[in-house]
Amino acid sequence: MSTGTTKLDVVVSDVVPVNDLVTRFHFRRRDGELLPTFSGGAHVVVEMRDGERTRLNPYSLMGSPLDTREYTISVRRDDVGRGGSLFMHRNVKPGMEMVVSYPVNLFSLDLRAKKHLMLAGGIGITPFMAQTAQLAAEGGNFELHYTCRTASLGTYADVLRERYDRRVRLYHDDLDERIELDRLLSTQPLGTHLYVCGPAGMINWVRDRAASLGWPSETVHFEHFAAPQPGLPFDVTLAVSGKTIRVDEQQSLLEAIEAAGVDPPYLCRGGVCGQCETNVISCDGKFIHNDHWLSEEEHRSGKKIMPCVSRFEGRSLVLER
Amino acid sequence: MGITFRKETFRDDFTFRNSPEHIRRFPFPFHEDAYMYAVNIEPHVVGPKGSVLENLIDVDEHYVAEMQDRALVLAEDPLRCQSLPHMTLAGWDLLELLMEQQALGYPEHFTLTRDGDRWRWINRPLGIDDTFTFGDTSTLPYGPMEYITRQSQGDFCILDQRDGNLWMDAGMVTTQADWSLDFDIGMNFFEWHAPVPLAHEKGIFVRALKFLTNIQQGKPARRLNWTMTINPRLDTSPENYHKWGPDRATVTPENVGDKVHLRVELQSFWRLPRSNGIVFPIRCYLIKMDELVTQPKWARHLHRVIRDLPDELANYKGLTRYRSTLVEWLSKLDDGSPTNPGFGPD
Repeated sequence: MSTGTTKLDVVVSDVVPVNDLVTRFHFRRRDGELLPTFSGGAHVVVEMRDGERTRLNPYSLMGSPLDTREYTISVRRDDVGRGGSLFMHRNVKPGMEMVVSYPVNLFSLDLRAKKHLMLAGGIGITPFMAQTAQLAAEGGNFELHYTCRTASLGTYADVLRERYDRRVRLYHDDLDERIELDRLLSTQPLGTHLYVCGPAGMINWVRDRAASLGWPSETVHFEHFAAPQPGLPFDVTLAVSGKTIRVDEQQSLLEAIEAAGVDPPYLCRGGVCGQCETNVISCDGKFIHNDHWLSEEEHRSGKKIMPCVSRFEGRSLVLER
Repeated sequence: MGITFRKETFRDDFTFRNSPEHIRRFPFPFHEDAYMYAVNIEPHVVGPKGSVLENLIDVDEHYVAEMQDRALVLAEDPLRCQSLPHMTLAGWDLLELLMEQQALGYPEHFTLTRDGDRWRWINRPLGIDDTFTFGDTSTLPYGPMEYITRQSQGDFCILDQRDGNLWMDAGMVTTQADWSLDFDIGMNFFEWHAPVPLAHEKGIFVRALKFLTNIQQGKPARRLNWTMTINPRLDTSPENYHKWGPDRATVTPENVGDKVHLRVELQSFWRLPRSNGIVFPIRCYLIKMDELVTQPKWARHLHRVIRDLPDELANYKGLTRYRSTLVEWLSKLDDGSPTNPGFGPD
């Protein structure tokens, strides 16, 4: 059976520019009912009808889970990306009807934690907006360390400072402010859980330092949706459905498979949930694996690929789809 | 037209019976003449009118008596209901789910009114009319999970999801087929399934866990499980084994029809929205052989399944002691003719 999510028919109720790079979008249900409750850290997949193309991008829900009259997401414009964020910034206007998925949480709080220590980098702040709202309402113990390039690009830094005061600590790259990570990780009370969301480099740095300093891996949580990277076009044969397709430069393999009318299951479209894992029947060339799901051994084996984020360069590729 | 709730017992004089309508709606678990484990999971969607799937949370004629039996079990042994400290939020999720589903399916018996976080819950069969603040445990007589599961048929396990596994961190378990919440509390999916024979070798639990951790909000799933119980006893717990274990030695060719019950569990799996946990309701249905064989197709199926069951499974399900007596009794109702596939009665 398919493990995809149910869809929600929504209308864009507001579009709010937050700073030079980030715009916030508000969605309400078209039938006027409440949206499904969600938990801090959840994302939705937003469907974008961009001419002939359907883009499906995941975005963290950043509103309070206690208020389900609307969902809010914040989208950082990526001028050199594949175009999803540009579509949101340029084409999505209040009143527009759109479809989003039910919420899915792949970055859940561990509710056993005595303290939640959160590290955010840039637009990685969005899941923490919802998580801090959830924890604050329950009297939860959290502390947020937020790194941004400049004060003017510190998306929601002002809101967070106002809401949570000294529980939020800001670091500005242009002022050469840095998280003193080793000191921070060495001085936490027992029972603390660590959460990190931001650029890959930051996540790797934090995980690496936490491991070196003896944090058990089950207390370190991270969310990294890899956006699909553009690359050279390649051809793929889908053995089960008997189709041969071309994956364009700006298209992900998953999108090309969907465009051919084949619908593999998916949840995150960012290489973490494992749903779209696909068996390779044969290949002549090399894989460019960008996911966080398959093990290194599986990557080396050439027998599996995550079509949401990974690509292929070579003469032929046959997949079990 | 509401349900007529039966006055009956699941202990001592065992007056539990199914009405003729309830016999026909019994969730018979065998669609063919053989049984082996499978990950027989399907979407939990509404089924035909008059079946146990007419509503996603089923309330039937045994509701009031089952809730009374649960109260008796809890009075003797409060550890049948446990919730680790981090599971309170999941308890509220479950309270919302069960109130919504019961009010939706049975408006003549249950009413839920919400005004922000001020909620009013009316449960007419049990004579309850409570107003409380959603999220504020001090406004209910019990914790949210205990409160609502004292008013809902079936056992409930709430599983926390973390580290790629599921953890049995809360539950209300009083109608179980020989397992103990008090023993399993805090265990992960592989730990609490460790005693099940054959299935580990088949890799069933690895696949089942992968499926369950991906259950999505708004898309519950279900499966059926089964065993057999002597006398219509809901509480067949390890804690009370001394009370029911010896019953297995009391089966004779004369009393098979009255004493031996097929016990079917309708298990469903739901993602909880606030806690991101999974709730696993295990709804138990009992039917005595005399009632079951009123449907000749079921009698034939059951005879062939019990006769051909691998010994490991028969042992695990606790049938060994009376299996031959039961098979002999059922064989007289099996004319050997082919049975139609499918779960339904004739």
